[in-house]
Amino acid sequence: MQLTQRSKQVVNKQMTFTERIYLPAILKGMFTTLKHFFRRSNTISYPKQKREFAPVYRGWHVLKRDAQGRENCTACGLCAVACPAEAITMEAAERQKGEENLYREEKYAAVYEINMLRCIFCGLCEEACPKEAIFLTDRIVPSDYVRQEFIFGKDMLVEGVEPEKRIDVTKRQRHIQEKKQRETI
Amino acid sequence: MFDMILLYDYVMIAQKAGLIGVIFAITLGVAAYSTYGERKIAAFLQDRLGPSNAGPWGILQPLADGVKMFTKEDFIPNQSNRWLYILAPGAFIFVALMTSAVIPWGTTLTLGGLNLDLQVTNINIGILYIMGFVSLGVYGIMLGGWASNNKYSLYGAIRASSQMISYELAMGLSLIAVIMLSGSLSLRTIVEQQTGFGWNVLYQPLGFIIFLVCALAECNRAPFDMAECETELIGGYHTEYSAMKLGFFLFAEYINMFISCTVISCLYFGGYNFPGVDPGWLGGLMGPIVLFAKIFFFIFVFMWIRWTLPRFRYDQLMHLGWKSLIPLAVLNMLLTGAGVLLWGK
Repeated sequence: MQLTQRSKQVVNKQMTFTERIYLPAILKGMFTTLKHFFRRSNTISYPKQKREFAPVYRGWHVLKRDAQGRENCTACGLCAVACPAEAITMEAAERQKGEENLYREEKYAAVYEINMLRCIFCGLCEEACPKEAIFLTDRIVPSDYVRQEFIFGKDMLVEGVEPEKRIDVTKRQRHIQEKKQRETI
Repeated sequence: MFDMILLYDYVMIAQKAGLIGVIFAITLGVAAYSTYGERKIAAFLQDRLGPSNAGPWGILQPLADGVKMFTKEDFIPNQSNRWLYILAPGAFIFVALMTSAVIPWGTTLTLGGLNLDLQVTNINIGILYIMGFVSLGVYGIMLGGWASNNKYSLYGAIRASSQMISYELAMGLSLIAVIMLSGSLSLRTIVEQQTGFGWNVLYQPLGFIIFLVCALAECNRAPFDMAECETELIGGYHTEYSAMKLGFFLFAEYINMFISCTVISCLYFGGYNFPGVDPGWLGGLMGPIVLFAKIFFFIFVFMWIRWTLPRFRYDQLMHLGWKSLIPLAVLNMLLTGAGVLLWGK
């Protein structure tokens, strides 16, 4: 009686002479490995050589500055509201006279913290942001031994003023725009 | 006794000492770079890159490995037989290094009017000397495995010794056919008879295959690496070894491979002879160059085989050795004998 479709008839087949002397099979195997010897390796030597990330990759957040080097964030708190993991906290402050070159609008975030252990990297903060201030980048969050070190403040999040310290998010920006367009249609 | 030594030719002693030093250095160098070559070839056969960080293309990797081996903790197990445990790696590498003494590396080297014989000693039983020392290699493995007082080491040692003894029979029998053809046990004579295309492999194809398989088994290399068997026996006979003692074992295995490739080149592929190339060119340097080209080719083949074939099962190994290779070697010997009798050489 056949119980399943997967049962197999066992055969105790004797090897033929050519199979028993092994040599043809060995030569065939050696030819196979020799073909691989001349094939190009696909290895990427990681720390020296980095592969480009796809625009959908969501890593370490960045708080953007505008072209004049002023912080975009106005501490409206929409990102914190949108965050499903409740990883974002901030304290707002009013811009003083003489700080116009630091902050774009009258209100800014004096403290902005993301707990990277809480964050689930969903990207809802950047979708919620009305000022194009926060983006998730293709940078990998560095590892650490202490939980406290994973609460990233503004020192870890805001990009530098100098051109070489700016973090390019155009690819990600375009991706978000396309996504929003698709959703409105 | 010292008067006897004084009677000898000082120039010759100096020459031989120099040659021994050079061969020693080259053997160790080739063995060290065999480890690098092994890893590179394995990587290329598996579509990887292999060691690439130490120096350009990773060519300083053997140095890094050596430094690592020297600086690791030198551990001696509490229940081991201490003296034998220390003696074993030394015995193994000593035996491996001794075999290079009778290899004819070339004809004569002309250095500023001096004629250097490129063979340490041309004893008339050269090949027997090599076989003798190769069979002594079992002692290093057996002592190491037994003195470690570890069941895996002992298993590995027992497997290695039974395997080496079994395959030495077929090896010796296939060798007899070559000796019948050349009529001499001296390696120099055997090589000198293979000028041009008169390589022994053309007259002894079956003998060559038997010898190659036996050489793989003698070196304890895949597909016959029963002595090490990472999957079953952890590391085989050197499970308990660490630091440079382990390094000696691994090193000696690569030296054995180098010497096996040299012997195969000399016995079956004409040694320093190549059709159209006079070994006396470049003041005698052409002979060693040709020989080393052949040796490196065979080292590559050994590695290529290792990274292609899976390991034999123990019963398959014994079956192949006793029931296939020995009868075939006897048949080969009989055919060669009949051939020599009927047509001369």
